[in-house]
Amino acid sequence: MASLKELKGRIASVKSTQKITKAKQMVAAAKLRKAQAAAEAARPYAQRLEGVVASLASKVSVSESSPKILAGTGKDDVQLLVVANGDKGLAGAFNANIVKAAILKARELIAAGKTVQFYLVGRKGRAVIARTFPGKIVGQFDTTEVRTPGFTEAQAIAKELSDMFFAGKFDVATLFFSTFKSALAQIPTEQQLIPVLVPANAGPSNAAVEYEPDEETILADLLPRNISIQLFKALLENMASEQGASMSAMDNATRNAGDLINKLTIQYNRSRQAAITTELIEIIAGAEAL
Amino acid sequence: MALHFELVTPEKLVRSESVYMVVVPGSEGDFGVLEGHAPFMSTVRDGEIQVFATANAAPESIPVVGGFAEVNESGLTVLAEKAG
Repeated sequence: MASLKELKGRIASVKSTQKITKAKQMVAAAKLRKAQAAAEAARPYAQRLEGVVASLASKVSVSESSPKILAGTGKDDVQLLVVANGDKGLAGAFNANIVKAAILKARELIAAGKTVQFYLVGRKGRAVIARTFPGKIVGQFDTTEVRTPGFTEAQAIAKELSDMFFAGKFDVATLFFSTFKSALAQIPTEQQLIPVLVPANAGPSNAAVEYEPDEETILADLLPRNISIQLFKALLENMASEQGASMSAMDNATRNAGDLINKLTIQYNRSRQAAITTELIEIIAGAEAL
Repeated sequence: MALHFELVTPEKLVRSESVYMVVVPGSEGDFGVLEGHAPFMSTVRDGEIQVFATANAAPESIPVVGGFAEVNESGLTVLAEKAG
């Protein structure tokens, strides 16, 4: 059995671990509230833009002459997987789940004879993907310098992606991120970015709308913007998910540390009592012998 | 007798209010929107939106970048990448 001093030391060390996990949990809770508010604030723009794109797209027929970003390249041979991860760990299975979804999809595509490439956002997950698919990472976007990914970052990523698309580097881009459902549930999600998927249910179109310039020009102007807004939405969802995952993971860790402290304390008290009892027996035995 | 005007950026809903008239710098020329304007969509060039709270009030200017304007039955909605 461990000595009293050793036990005391272990209790102290678990206690300080618990303090760290508890602090991280509280930080995550505060950040989660902020991230959720940001995600909610972004909703009106995304909704309106989606509505506009849908009503426009219902009036423009997709053909050879329509914008390339809408019609695609006509092939799906080279698939780009855009994987959006966090920069930090201590968030449970948050990063692992996104990477797992992406790798699963990559295997599926490779089995179907496609070429798969990766574009990574965020620091986590890079090592795993580089190991599983060596040499397939064609680009990455570093978010370690920015505290809260904003629209500027989303625009930068969108620009890089569309430049790559127009340079003919890939045919289809799919985005992987985590949808925030609640603090306990984050769902790894995949979403096609390029070519743009046009929502089918455009609703009743009132023919009397005037356009300036014409529909196709507006659509060509709005589609790249739609990509940045989708990326922005994904980044925000990711942020909220990361904080949610972090919060529940740290809550679990704090609870586990508490259990461990209780167990160690009981063990400590038992050995202390045992030591006292032994001492008493020795004294009594000595007194009787006289 | 009021026009419902909304200015939205990706970060937040900047304005949502009833005004008299809004002058928007469209990509093919400025246009003013009053209540009861016909349904209309236009891209917006980088510039300033002028908001007239009442008929005689001095306009309030809001700079916008990367915008798009839509007029429908419910009013005028301007989507911009940056505003204010």
